[in-house]
Amino acid sequence: MSPAEKAQGARTIRNAWLLSAPALILLTVAAAGPLLIVLVYSFLLKGQYGNVEWGFSLDGWRGILFTKDIFDDTMVLADAHLTIFWRSVKLSILTTLITFVVGFPTAWFIATRPPKARALWLFLITIPFWTNLLIRTYAINEVLRKEGLVNAVLLKLGVIEVPLDMLYGPFAIFVGMTYVYLPLMVLPLFAAIDRFDMRLLEAGYDLYASRLQVLRRVILPIVKPGIVAGSILVFVPSLGAYVTPRVLGGGKQMMIGNFIELQFGQGRNWPLGSALSMALLVVVMVALLIYVRFANRENAHG
Amino acid sequence: MSQSASPAPTPAEPGRLAIEARNVVKAFGQGEGEVRALNDVSVEIRQGEFFTLLGPSGCGKTTLLRLIAGFEMPTDGTILLDGQDITYLPPNKRPVNTVFQSYALFPHLTVAQNVAFGLQMQGKPAAEVKETTARMLALVKLDAMATRKTSQLSGGQQQRVALARALAPKPKVLLLDEPLSALDLKLRKEMQVELKRLQHETGITFIFVTHDQEEALTMSDRIGVMSAGKLQQVGTPREIYTRPVNRFVASFIGDTNFLTGSSAPGGVRLPSGALIEAAVTRPGAVTLAVRPEHVRIEAADSPGAMPATVKGAVYFGTDMNYQLALADGSEIEACVVSGVTGEMALNPGEKVGIRFAPGAVQVLED
Repeated sequence: MSPAEKAQGARTIRNAWLLSAPALILLTVAAAGPLLIVLVYSFLLKGQYGNVEWGFSLDGWRGILFTKDIFDDTMVLADAHLTIFWRSVKLSILTTLITFVVGFPTAWFIATRPPKARALWLFLITIPFWTNLLIRTYAINEVLRKEGLVNAVLLKLGVIEVPLDMLYGPFAIFVGMTYVYLPLMVLPLFAAIDRFDMRLLEAGYDLYASRLQVLRRVILPIVKPGIVAGSILVFVPSLGAYVTPRVLGGGKQMMIGNFIELQFGQGRNWPLGSALSMALLVVVMVALLIYVRFANRENAHG
Repeated sequence: MSQSASPAPTPAEPGRLAIEARNVVKAFGQGEGEVRALNDVSVEIRQGEFFTLLGPSGCGKTTLLRLIAGFEMPTDGTILLDGQDITYLPPNKRPVNTVFQSYALFPHLTVAQNVAFGLQMQGKPAAEVKETTARMLALVKLDAMATRKTSQLSGGQQQRVALARALAPKPKVLLLDEPLSALDLKLRKEMQVELKRLQHETGITFIFVTHDQEEALTMSDRIGVMSAGKLQQVGTPREIYTRPVNRFVASFIGDTNFLTGSSAPGGVRLPSGALIEAAVTRPGAVTLAVRPEHVRIEAADSPGAMPATVKGAVYFGTDMNYQLALADGSEIEACVVSGVTGEMALNPGEKVGIRFAPGAVQVLED
């Protein structure tokens, strides 16, 4: 490389940094900054009326698993916390699974339409994003409640005589979560299926594979990146979801998101809320690392 | 490996038929927009032969192949495999494998896994799968590439993987859908030889689809020439070339001069007045086909020769092509082997006499 070329290269690199600076600064300030604050808060003492008091303490972290007995101040295992955590994980896994089961045929359907129709279908899939999450959740509420759409139709048809009590429970939360996160599963799946070479289906059938075998041995392994991306996009936010469980669960089904919110609100235990948030972050990251590693290893071995 | 589990290859029994298509019709669309990709096609393909379906794009040759593979169902007609009706059998139930034009190799599998796929789907024991896969890879000379991903292979190597994958389950019939069209000329020549060798070694019936007449002539035992959804002629390469039955076959394969005349005692009378000896069975207008290499150029006063005028000449290395005009103005092409010194160099405007080689004139059906 000549000196002139070297200088040119250095200038290109400097320009690249300069151009990405706004995004980098924003990411640092808006993402890393708050996280850092939360991390620091988790090691502080809780204030009397919320907020924090400066002074190092591990109470927040200890509070994740143990709770102080109000009578004799001994530490006992906080099984309620674990129940909440397990309920959230269960709901997230279930939501991921059902969005996949529902989303895969949808994505397949869209990807196999003629190009013009495809754009229309994708457009329809994104419509829910136009409305605020809270409003959409209340819309589901309107559909599921006793006097709601589903009950009205079923009563009218004579399928049921008494309105079904669907709202305010695990079922309603589950329906709401599936509805809210379905597009996040469909879009990456569509992107993967769209790239899938449909001629491979014929190759599979030609080589004695049944329809199920073609699905399992040809389609799923090839669109796996889309499945991984969709699962992450659904699993991560649903683990922290708190609007949907609140509005559709009626406060009876507390999720981690609600529990954390509680610590910053009525609970007035900011260090515990912060510690819970960080713990959730770590759990999600570890889960993702394991998941991606697992998915890739399967891929390498076919 | 166990020989009992393998139905094929049955050592070529020339008498028996591998595939028989009876009055097959395949229509796409309905009503006004209906297009008949295949219009009443019947063909018999013998066991162990290299059969080529030759025709221009859109003639229906690929459709016929897809019907045999089971990817499409015919609108009408029957397809038999080894005498059994397979017309409506799904592709995974047919002992027939395809080498796709695009190869359609599985991108998530290695070369060996691709080859093993069909055997695994057939439920063959692991040891047999492994053994057959290794043998197939050796057959197409890809043993060294077994653990590679198919995306790391060249076009020719991918072609071989596709072949090995389709041959591994020992199909009764191997279907090849223009498999060489994506390769460059040199590789294509190599693969032509390779395909013949594989067919010879495995004894499997090959049905090969191509639009390349040279490929068809050099590789096939028999050729079926197709056009506009119909089978025009079936025969050995020599029959197809020397005895084309109609104008389409004559013009699609090689260069041909067409002469129209009328039926006369002893042959065909051309508009120029010359009588061409040919066996004509029906009266009226007749079309004759003569290959340029069967047109002989002689001196203008040669007895019995038709007078003609040289219009132009093109040098092709091994031979010379002359454009000639007959007395009535109709044009005719002659191909002459160019001598070492070019002793027969004719100039435009020169008067010559021409004559057709005995037995070279073919009377066409249309």
